[in-house]
Amino acid sequence: MITTRKKTNLISLLLVAAMLVLVIVLDQVIQPTDSMSMLLKVLQKGSIYALAAVSMNLLNGFTGLFSLGHAGFMLIGAYTYAILTIPSEARDVVYQYYDAAIRLSFPEVLGNAMGPAGTLLGVVLAIIAAGLAATLVAWLIGLPVLRLKSDYLAIATLGFAEVVRAVFQWGKLGPVTNGSNPLKSFVRINSFQLKLGGTTISLTTFVPVLLATVCIALIVLLVNSTYGRSFKAIRDDEVAAEAMGINLARHKIMSFCISSFFAGVSGAGMAMVLGIAQASNFKSAMTYEILLMVVLGGIGSISGSCIGAMLFIAASEWWLRGLDSGNFLGINAPGIFRNGFRLVVFSVIIMIVVLFFRKGIMGDRELPDLFKKRARKEGAGK
Amino acid sequence: MSSILKVENVTMQFGGVVAVDNLNLEVNEGEIVALIGPNGAGKTTAFNVITGVYQPTNGAVWFQGDKIVENHPQGKMKKLYKGEEAGSYTHVLAPTPDKITQLGMARTFQNIRLWKSQTVFDNVLIAMHCRTHTNFLAASFRMNHREEQEQRERVAQLLETVGLYDVKDELATSLPYGKQRRLEIARALATDPKLLLLDEPAAGMNPQETQELTAFIGQIRRDFHMTVFLIEHHMDLVMDISDRIYVLDFGKLIAQGTPEEIQNNNRVIDAYLGVVEDA
Repeated sequence: MITTRKKTNLISLLLVAAMLVLVIVLDQVIQPTDSMSMLLKVLQKGSIYALAAVSMNLLNGFTGLFSLGHAGFMLIGAYTYAILTIPSEARDVVYQYYDAAIRLSFPEVLGNAMGPAGTLLGVVLAIIAAGLAATLVAWLIGLPVLRLKSDYLAIATLGFAEVVRAVFQWGKLGPVTNGSNPLKSFVRINSFQLKLGGTTISLTTFVPVLLATVCIALIVLLVNSTYGRSFKAIRDDEVAAEAMGINLARHKIMSFCISSFFAGVSGAGMAMVLGIAQASNFKSAMTYEILLMVVLGGIGSISGSCIGAMLFIAASEWWLRGLDSGNFLGINAPGIFRNGFRLVVFSVIIMIVVLFFRKGIMGDRELPDLFKKRARKEGAGK
Repeated sequence: MSSILKVENVTMQFGGVVAVDNLNLEVNEGEIVALIGPNGAGKTTAFNVITGVYQPTNGAVWFQGDKIVENHPQGKMKKLYKGEEAGSYTHVLAPTPDKITQLGMARTFQNIRLWKSQTVFDNVLIAMHCRTHTNFLAASFRMNHREEQEQRERVAQLLETVGLYDVKDELATSLPYGKQRRLEIARALATDPKLLLLDEPAAGMNPQETQELTAFIGQIRRDFHMTVFLIEHHMDLVMDISDRIYVLDFGKLIAQGTPEEIQNNNRVIDAYLGVVEDA
């Protein structure tokens, strides 16, 4: 039994490595002008959304805490990352109406000291700082809020996210957050390139995919550890979990903080992908989108969340684009296919999925489970 | 024999209703003690006070020589208090159930509360979580590898002892009722308790299952040197295995003693069968 588990782990590792290599190759082969360039866009945005969905799933699906504050934590992450990576010469242009208060740029400082490796290290540190900032806020807000249950918790966290958005847009905080104006000119994904001899390898798509993969792998490790198991116990039966010696308050806030950490990281990733950090992007609609990915993929399934996120982003950004621009599947009907029609079709598709896949695409299973089931059935047949 | 659990002057009042009134009882190490009484007598409430689910209105609970729970009527309760004035308590000690479990008291529930989406094996494994010493980072990076391996072996051993090893990969809820009860007891044992509290372990069981359970509780006492304190309605089970019995009626203790003494106690018979009014 242990050997089969090791084998599954090895196979998953190899598959993930193959996926990363494939992403690098796609990055070189597909030119920005190709029709397939949308695939890269979807991979970039989808992987960040996948990370956000998985981190939400950790809280909503594995610990059973129905929280809707995700956009708020992502916003904190995005701003922290942006503020800490804007180079000093660009500061005054970005903060055109304010006198920038924070003038520290991690990649620049470390880049000057250590060269390109330092720049990379600075970016990584800024991403971690983004996660930690979200964690700190989550801890403060979690102390009072996690006493609430189900819907009340959802309302409280939803309100919190809106408050965060309002605070970040507040003019008095302008020297730090640039008020309601966007932050830009920081290190973004297309700044990453690898120079090997004379050839330049673009890492534009690889960076967000790698970021998401590493973070999701960490979440998987946590979920399969003794702490992840006790999170599931809290979800299944809180009273029994407490009676079996699991400290509810401590485990709930732990799950809330870890989930927020990765939400903050995904916020940073979002800023890197979009090249812009603006509070008005992180509306509660974003939380609902992420929740939708979690529900579509299956509550309590990490691979489900990834699939849900990729399908959602691909459908809304790529496959159904034509519904808004007048030409869909070769049918040219600008009268019907105009702005907003995409959302109508999208809603119908979601309703159909929810009707026929009651527990989401994956239920609470993971990808390897599907193969295990088949193997067992074949064994029983013999 | 030394006392492992001592309930001292415990009164539990919900609003104006006194559910448990001045309860005093003691469980000694190695004993099997039963708490019986008609429906609504306050047995489960007493259990919930002992395990920290409720905070008593007045009184104290001692476990292994330490006072773990203490309270006295305060605030609005001062005026409302209708229970007996007993003992003089000044402190407030109200640990949460998980603290009490970590001290070495484990319980089962009247209506089975297993973790539904987990397998039999994981149900027992999760119960061992309260005895781990790793933080979440070390656990995520599998630095507790040895401890976890040890725990897995202990779970396998425990399941072997209680006779559930062959169904270890089944979902907990797919087991038949009697086995679910067994699993709940195994899960409680996994927290490494000194005292096992069973809340109506034979509820909803047929006579044969009850007999098996009686043998099982005896086996636990022998194999794990466990002290057992249980609530039960099945008189044959109680009379079979208990060393001593406490009888509760309308929140008050009306009798205590060995099974024989209880069987011949007129107040107990009255409480169970009702008093014949003189015509």
